[in-house]
Amino acid sequence: MENGFSSPRNDTFNPAGLRVLVVDDDLAWLKILEKMLKKCSYEGLRTRKILNGGLELLNFSKHFASSLTAFVSVNPCNPIKQNQVASEIFELDIMLMNGPLMWYSTILISPRISLVLGGSDIEVTTCGLARDALSLLRERKDGYDIVISDVNMPDMDGFKLLEHVGLEMDLPVIMMSVDGETSRVMKGVQHGACDYLLKPIRMKELRNIWQHVFRKKIHEVRDIENIEGFESIHMTRSGSDQSVDGPLLTGEDLTSVRKRKDAENRHDDRDCGDASSTKKARVVWSIDLHQKFVKAVNQIGFDKVGPKKILDLMNVPWLTRENVASHLQKYRLYLTRLQKDELKTSVGGIKQKDSPSKDSAASFGIQNSITVHHHNDVSNGGYRFSRSNSVVQNVDAKSLEGDVKGIDTIPVTGHKRVLTVDIPNSHKARCSQIGFNGSFVPGHSDVNFTSFDSAIPTQPWSEVSETQFQHEHKPLRLENDFTQLPLPGPRHHIQVDCIQSGPSASSKPSVVDKDNLKPFDCTYKSNYPNAIPIGSAVDTFPVQTTSPIVNHQPFEPIARTTSSMKSQGLNLSCIPDLEAAQRNINWGVGSSLTSLDEDLQLCWLQGDCFAMNLGLQDINFSEYNDPALNSEVPFHLYDTMRFDYEHYYDPTECPIIDQGLFIA
Amino acid sequence: MNSNQLQHQVLYMRRSLFDQGYLDSEQLIQLEDLQDDANPNFVEEVVSLFYSDSARLIQNIEQTLSNRPVDFSRLDDILHQFKGSCSSIGAKKVKDACSQFREYCNAGNAEGCSRSFQLIKQEYETLRRRLESYFQMVKQAKAA
Repeated sequence: MENGFSSPRNDTFNPAGLRVLVVDDDLAWLKILEKMLKKCSYEGLRTRKILNGGLELLNFSKHFASSLTAFVSVNPCNPIKQNQVASEIFELDIMLMNGPLMWYSTILISPRISLVLGGSDIEVTTCGLARDALSLLRERKDGYDIVISDVNMPDMDGFKLLEHVGLEMDLPVIMMSVDGETSRVMKGVQHGACDYLLKPIRMKELRNIWQHVFRKKIHEVRDIENIEGFESIHMTRSGSDQSVDGPLLTGEDLTSVRKRKDAENRHDDRDCGDASSTKKARVVWSIDLHQKFVKAVNQIGFDKVGPKKILDLMNVPWLTRENVASHLQKYRLYLTRLQKDELKTSVGGIKQKDSPSKDSAASFGIQNSITVHHHNDVSNGGYRFSRSNSVVQNVDAKSLEGDVKGIDTIPVTGHKRVLTVDIPNSHKARCSQIGFNGSFVPGHSDVNFTSFDSAIPTQPWSEVSETQFQHEHKPLRLENDFTQLPLPGPRHHIQVDCIQSGPSASSKPSVVDKDNLKPFDCTYKSNYPNAIPIGSAVDTFPVQTTSPIVNHQPFEPIARTTSSMKSQGLNLSCIPDLEAAQRNINWGVGSSLTSLDEDLQLCWLQGDCFAMNLGLQDINFSEYNDPALNSEVPFHLYDTMRFDYEHYYDPTECPIIDQGLFIA
Repeated sequence: MNSNQLQHQVLYMRRSLFDQGYLDSEQLIQLEDLQDDANPNFVEEVVSLFYSDSARLIQNIEQTLSNRPVDFSRLDDILHQFKGSCSSIGAKKVKDACSQFREYCNAGNAEGCSRSFQLIKQEYETLRRRLESYFQMVKQAKAA
């Protein structure tokens, strides 16, 4: 497999690195953190050199694995286009205003999922007082990329500082404290922290901080796109009127964020309540339905199209003109955006363009299905996913509402992908930051969740959904965490094949169960023939049929995933550091972590980063979730789900893996 | 003592610090990992910072406790800081004593707080002594 590591730019690449500001009144910690960050930097440098050297990316060895962190990102890939797969790994640097901050490489694992591996150099500044920190920040407006601050400081409450930083400088802020009390953590989340670390802090948590900055940058890009693109669509709660993108949900998001306390349930209820009170029939725009729609549109001719005509052509008895009208509106926006992206496409890009309508169709379809499902409650037996970027993993109940991205799905056409999707809320950027980390993000960074887990067994899906619904309004059953990974530059995706070369050692991400790993043999049978599941060993995937995925706790996607991982010995997501994860991300997860078998599957949190520890290699994978992409995902999910569902009963197949991994 | 014996002594002291619950092994090891040529005395430096922070905090607690009425929320803040400080070197026993203090604090139990405070001071003193002799030994072993 071709390794496109040419990275000529590496020669000249000289990142200034991430400029981190650490604020803590505890001098011992200040010293420790400074040293740790510097160490991350050394390791990072070494890793980068290795990457640059063209080493097969997946051939991780313990040697440098520890310094390499990665996260999984969902590609806004149009499932129909799976065939297009890049064949090289390319390395990109994010060029930011003040110069490159970090480097990363993306490996396409499946049409939907990419692995983003990267790191950054780090430049540390320490500060013992909140007000000093603020003045430093104000002095050099663009002087820092991320702030790590203690929650307790003598002169100013850490949360206040957090707010200031968020408002004035809009930087990602990581909170830390010796105290992991849920209420505090939630408070952090509400104030916009993008992660919450518990002391004593471990190196691996710090290694992931670049992801927070990365994510933020991406969101910024997307926000810009958004603003330029769209008319804002008023978001209503009714299913088919989900608005597409745009900053809209800001208001809602804000509220959602605020509500995000342990009152998540209540929040959910409220949301759901609102949703259901609209009393509009929710139209589930399934793929099929959408295909019909698109066909009709194409037949009529896009210019002359009108809801009535489409309706007639589609010949779907139960569909109303209104349903079609709103769907059309979204579709139009979607296409507009697509076009814009085309214009923006720059260098190289891979030609992955299918006829836009096709793409849109598919993705759009997805979106819609998602959208529709979004609020949805029970009826579909479908899955819900939360689009919230919100918080880490858990929460998001609210996110659902707000984030539904209407037509965001932009089929992944190489380059385009990058820019299009967007997170409707600029505000979301903040929300999304809350994630955590999993590490998880938590620091979250260290929360490890594998999206893969989510995939898991389908059978329970329906059960789950139902049960879930019954339980509360947990809107997010399936939360899709994947977000599109924007790739500003030319993109080459490496086919999962390369992963295959894997078995050697370290490369397998999967890891938990080393023995059982069959890296990549698993036939990724489902929808993505090209994709090769990363190291999932089917065997190790004890499908949990019976465990209904009932989340008793509203927002615990993380927990779920974690648990599932545990129970399943998930491959990819092995989270050896469950403790760490737990430690770090306590977004109200608490005891939920103990409820293993349940969650699994559906934790797709959107907009959150989950770090997954890959076994021994200590490669942290976090899931980067961009709400915008959700639309894609759901579709995929939907498909896979159905697909897998059938397969589920067939023990000889290993569909699960697919799901696990990729469902993206 | 010769070099070998010194080494043994060091290991022994270290082991007992861990086994007896004075120090958290993970944290100490992590600190040792951070020590390198650029910072050859990193661990000791961090430990001294711990000493100075603790001394200050202990004084604060003392002061706050002696005021009437007792300001429990302030005490809670101080304890929170103290816990953070303990976590920097992994001072387990001291940290546990702090937690106990905090409980009394939350319950508004001044008497309980005073008692816990004595415990904290005690544990802290013990730890300090042990650490000082440990590092002494380490130095000697290195020099040998």
